[in-house]
Amino acid sequence: MLEIQDLQVSYGQIKAIKGISLSVPDKSIVTLIGANGAGKTTLLRTISGLIKSKSGSIKIAGEEITSCPAHEIVKRGIAQSPEGRMIFSNLTVQENLKMGAYLRKDHANISKDLDYVFNIFPRLKERISQAGGTLSGGEQQMLAIGRSLMSKPRLLLLDEPSLGIAPILVRTIFEKIVEINKNLGVTVLLVEQNARMALAIAHRGYVIETGKIVLEGEARDLAENEEVKKAYLGSG
Amino acid sequence: MKPQFTFLLVFAALAALSFTMGAVDPYYLTVIIFIGINITMATSLNLINGFTGQFSLGHAGFMGVGAYIAAIISTYLTTHGMSSDGVSGILVLAASLLGGGLFAALTGLAVGIPSLRLKGDYLAIVTLGFNEIIRVIIQNVDFKIAGTHYVGGARGFAVPQLSTFLWVYGIALVVVYFVENVIHSTYGRGFLAVRDDEVAAEAMGINSTRFKVKAFVIGAFFAGIGGGLFAHYIQYITPDNFTFLKSIEIVVMVILGGMGSTYGVILAAIILTILPEALREFSDYRMIIYSLLLIILMISRPQGLFGNASIKKFLAKWKTGTATN
Repeated sequence: MLEIQDLQVSYGQIKAIKGISLSVPDKSIVTLIGANGAGKTTLLRTISGLIKSKSGSIKIAGEEITSCPAHEIVKRGIAQSPEGRMIFSNLTVQENLKMGAYLRKDHANISKDLDYVFNIFPRLKERISQAGGTLSGGEQQMLAIGRSLMSKPRLLLLDEPSLGIAPILVRTIFEKIVEINKNLGVTVLLVEQNARMALAIAHRGYVIETGKIVLEGEARDLAENEEVKKAYLGSG
Repeated sequence: MKPQFTFLLVFAALAALSFTMGAVDPYYLTVIIFIGINITMATSLNLINGFTGQFSLGHAGFMGVGAYIAAIISTYLTTHGMSSDGVSGILVLAASLLGGGLFAALTGLAVGIPSLRLKGDYLAIVTLGFNEIIRVIIQNVDFKIAGTHYVGGARGFAVPQLSTFLWVYGIALVVVYFVENVIHSTYGRGFLAVRDDEVAAEAMGINSTRFKVKAFVIGAFFAGIGGGLFAHYIQYITPDNFTFLKSIEIVVMVILGGMGSTYGVILAAIILTILPEALREFSDYRMIIYSLLLIILMISRPQGLFGNASIKKFLAKWKTGTATN
């Protein structure tokens, strides 16, 4: 589904991503774990076109998207649920969700998908006409994920869905991610600091450190890896 | 009630009201006309500043462009065989306003494309500069066609009187109707999304630059028409009518009304047009009291008179409120 070859990204003189290659197979969940400042968010934002890359290539289902602007990339079936959620705080929950379907022409199916989102996140339905900014952190995260689903993506980019959320809600949200992946067949690239949770639901994982991939493999194996345990799982 | 129906109803009411305007004292009529023009100006600026979140300080510049282009067209037409009375007068004004609006929209496009990469304060400064450029250009233009002076530089430009109550309020109604309907459409939510979070809007597939430019062009178009109406009412325009102080006056209406609330902005346009007139008896202290009132209003209602509320939201809340009770 997603193929990245030798991608490099810089902020001015500072190299944030120093040649990353990774692949996300169709219908899988792949996680990217790493500490603060490792370049995880930069990588996601480069994929979704919010940041321009310096060199390298990004392909979605074989199609080159490296130099597409963000709004073009959404058309290619990539949806991002950005870090810090980035809800439209003055729009209602329903309006937020409809924004996700902004580029879609099949208006008949939009309300069906809206129902699907309300089905997996019933809390959003209770808050349907409330302004996005008045939701709790966890609800905003649900809204951000729901909103990105509304564009009917092939690939969902999730940036730190556990950030700033009550632990009990983190579990719910991760369960929903698995559900979305299984039921809708949406491929997921999940960026997380909460490595334990991420590795528990992912098929494959990559460990990123200061702009480079230092380790990759089956999520199960990574969770058992001594170095990963020491650095990211807080044990060993 | 269907919005089209409301539109027609209000228009009919305005048309009926326009027959009574002959009996109104000319001074009061002028205030009423200025209220109507200010509603057009403030509502169109609200699309840029309130709904799309781009801080423009150049609205009087677009107004000036529209005023002068419209005045050039009407002066040319009336000195070349068209009468300013009756049907012919209506055609002259319609052509002038359209020309002024379109030219202002083009100017909006020319200013918007390079400057909308800028944000917040930077954009405000650029638009302020644009406003001054327009004023200085007008100040230095003067030409004659067939013995008639056009533009007239700093001296000013005499314009035939064509704007009437119905024209001014009819157009204010069109602008309000247009902006309200665009903003509440699926397409128009793009403006609100750009305002709330540009990055998230891009991530939804919205070309945020295009939306910002669109808001600018539409806002400039209506400001140009507002300028045309203004010119054809006061009959004599000078570059001093369109200084950045005028821009700030309109910005204050938008902020006071509540950024992004059409009805709040209309209310603010009414209040802020009447207030300086009502304070005339205080003569020298007038502007001090005016400024003081603004400060008090801003402290007591920082979100504006109406805040972010709209009639639709209010009705929706009221409906759900009665449903649960």
